[in-house]
Amino acid sequence: MSYLPNLLFIIILFLGIGFFAKNVKKLMRNIKLGQDTDVSDNKAQRWKNMAMIALGQSKMVRRPIAGILHVVVYVGFIIINIEVLEIIIDGIFGTHRIGLQILPQSVYGFLIGSFEVLAVLVFIAVIVFWLRRNVIKLARFWKSEMTSWPKNDGNYILYFEMVLMTLFLVMNATDVNFQALNSGNVISQYMAPWFSGLSEGTLHIIERGAWWLHIVGILIFLNYLYFSKHLHILLAFPNTYYGNLKPKGQFNNLEAVTNEVKMMMDSNVDPFAAPAEGSEDEVPAKFGASDVQDLNWVQLLNAYTCTECGRCTSECPANQTGKKLSPRKIMMDTRDRLEEVGKNIDANKGEFKEDGKQLLDNYITREELWACTSCNACVEACPVSIDPLSIILEMRRYLVMEQSAAPTELNNMMTNIENNGAPWPYNQMDRLNWKNE
Amino acid sequence: MSELLKVPTMAEFMAQGKQPEVLFWVGCAGSFDDRAKKITKAFVKLLNKANVEFAVLGTEESCTGDPAKRAGNEFLFQMQAVTNIEVLNAYEVKKIVTACPHCFNTIKNEYPDLGGNYEVMHHTQFLKTLLDEGRLTIEGGKYKGKRITFHDPCYLGRANNVYEAPRELIQKLEAELIEMKNCKRNGLCCGAGGAQMFKEPEKGDKDVNVERTEQALDVKPEIIAAGCPFCNTMMTDGIKAKEKESDVAVMDVAELIANAQDL
Repeated sequence: MSYLPNLLFIIILFLGIGFFAKNVKKLMRNIKLGQDTDVSDNKAQRWKNMAMIALGQSKMVRRPIAGILHVVVYVGFIIINIEVLEIIIDGIFGTHRIGLQILPQSVYGFLIGSFEVLAVLVFIAVIVFWLRRNVIKLARFWKSEMTSWPKNDGNYILYFEMVLMTLFLVMNATDVNFQALNSGNVISQYMAPWFSGLSEGTLHIIERGAWWLHIVGILIFLNYLYFSKHLHILLAFPNTYYGNLKPKGQFNNLEAVTNEVKMMMDSNVDPFAAPAEGSEDEVPAKFGASDVQDLNWVQLLNAYTCTECGRCTSECPANQTGKKLSPRKIMMDTRDRLEEVGKNIDANKGEFKEDGKQLLDNYITREELWACTSCNACVEACPVSIDPLSIILEMRRYLVMEQSAAPTELNNMMTNIENNGAPWPYNQMDRLNWKNE
Repeated sequence: MSELLKVPTMAEFMAQGKQPEVLFWVGCAGSFDDRAKKITKAFVKLLNKANVEFAVLGTEESCTGDPAKRAGNEFLFQMQAVTNIEVLNAYEVKKIVTACPHCFNTIKNEYPDLGGNYEVMHHTQFLKTLLDEGRLTIEGGKYKGKRITFHDPCYLGRANNVYEAPRELIQKLEAELIEMKNCKRNGLCCGAGGAQMFKEPEKGDKDVNVERTEQALDVKPEIIAAGCPFCNTMMTDGIKAKEKESDVAVMDVAELIANAQDL
C-alpha cells in the first residue's frame, strides 16, 4: 500500500509527458506540411543568434519594462524548474527532499532560498503583466485580433504562473521539517506563521496537497502549451536558429521563375523542345501562397512560435494609421489555418480533404495584404525572429502571378515597367533628358 | 548651370576604351520625377566637383524591378533584373552608386543570385568616402547650427543597416542633427515602400506620410533630410498637408552638401 503514491505519481507523470509528446509529434507533422527550404548554411551564426536572441533575450530588452520583467519570469521559470527535478525524483522513489540527502545543507538551502526569491519576483512580474493587460490596457493587447481566445489565453497563462508560484511557496511554508532546518526558507519563513494554528497532521496534508498540485499543475501547463500562444517558451529556440540571416531588404528570388525567364531570354533554347526527364518536378504547383501548405516550413514554425505580444503590430505603419493590416494577425491566422488543416488530416486518415477554405480570403484578406509597405518594422520588432513580411509577399505573389488580382493602379505601374522600363508612362529614350533641363 | 554638368554615358566611355571609376545608377525617380531630378543633379555636381570619373547608362538604364517584386510580380522583376544585368555585365561594371535606396537594395541584394555581382553604394556612403579621402570638402557654414532631422529610408536603414553615413554627412555641415522619436532601426516608414508609392492607401484613419511628418515636426526641425526620392516626395506631401512649407524644407543629403558649397 505504501507504494501507491509512487505508482500514482509515475502514472500521472507518464500520462502528462505522453500526451505532450503526442502533441509535439502533431506539431512537427503540421510544420512539415510546409515547403522545403534550405537553412543548413552558416551554422555558427545560427547558434550565435539562438544564444543571443532566445537564450540571451537580447531583443526582448529593447523595450525595457516588458523586457526586464520578462527576463525575471524567464530566469525564474528555468531555475525554479531545477526544483521540479527534485519533485520528480521524490515522487518516483517516495523520498522527501532528496536534495537534502545528497547535497550539503548549506548548498541545498542556498538553492531553495534562490528559488523562493525568484518565485516571489516571478509572482510580482506576473502581476505587473496582468495589470498591463487588464488595467492599464496597453493598446497592443486590445487590438481587434485580441478578443476571445487570444485574450483569455494571455490571462490564463498569468493565472497559472501565479498559482504555481504560490503552491511552491506554500509547500515550503507548511513543511515542518524544512522550516525547522531554517535554511533556505528565506521567504516561506514569513508565510509559515499564517498556518501556525494548525496541527502537524493538517500541515502535512496542506504540504502534500501543495506538492501534488504543483507537479500536476506543471504537467497540465506543459500540455496546455500546444493549444496556447505560450509555445514560444520552447519554439523560440529553433525559431531564432532558423531565422533569416540575409539583409532584411533581400527578398528571395523564385527559382522556378528564374528558369523560365532564362529560357525566354536565351535565344539558343528551343521553346518547342520536349522537357528534360524529371523537369516537371521542378515546376511548382503554383506561384506564391494561397494556403499554409504553400508556405515554407520555417514560416509555419514562425506561426507556432508567435506569442502574440504585438510588438510587430505596434510598430507597423499601416496599423498605426488605422489600416486593417496587423502583422500579428498574419501569424495568428497562419497558425489557426494550419491547425485547421492538421485537424482535417487527422479526421481523414492522414489525407487532407479539400474543405473549400484557404488562408487567403478565409483568414487573411486582400485589403490587409495590400496595405503593407514592406518596411520591415515588424521583422525588426519581433523578439524571436518571426518574419510576417515574407508571408505577405508570398501571398501577394499568388494574387499577382496566379490570379492577376493586383489593384488597378499597380497593374498600371507594372504595365509601364514592362513597356517602357519605368513605373511611370515615360519613354525610356527620355531617361537622360534631365541632364539638359 | 546645367551646361556645366558633365554626365558621360557608359557607351561614351566604352567608345574611348575606358572604364569609369563608378557607375551612377540614376533610377526611374531620379530620371523622371521633377523633384528627384534635382537630387540627381545635385549629386552629379558633387561628383564633378570631386573629379570622379563616373558614367550613367542613360537610355540603356531600366527599372530595377523593385516595385514589381514587392507588388508580387516576380516574373516582371526577374525580366527587368536579367535585362539590366546583361547590360551591366556587358560594360563590365564593377562598382555602382545610386541615390535611391530601392535600387541600392535590389541591385546589392537581389541581383547577385541572377548573375549580377557589383559593389553597390548608396550615394551617402559614396559621398562619405569622398570626404574621408579628401576628394571633397565641405566649406561654408550655410547650414551651421540649423536644426536638421534625418528620416531613415527603410530600404537603407532596416533593410541594409546603413544608419551612420547620412548622419555623418549632416554633422559635417556643422548642423545640429536632431533625432526623431522613431529613428534608425525604429524609424517609421514614409508610406511609399512595397509599391505603395504607386497606389492609393487602404482605408484607415490617417496617411502614413502624415504620421511620419508629425513625428518629424515634433522635434521642430528647419530641414527634414532624406536619402530616398520616394521618402522625399512623401515627406514633402506631408509638410504640405500640415501647411508647413514656409517653415520646413525637405531636402536630400546630397542637395544639402551641394548647396553648402553653392554648387
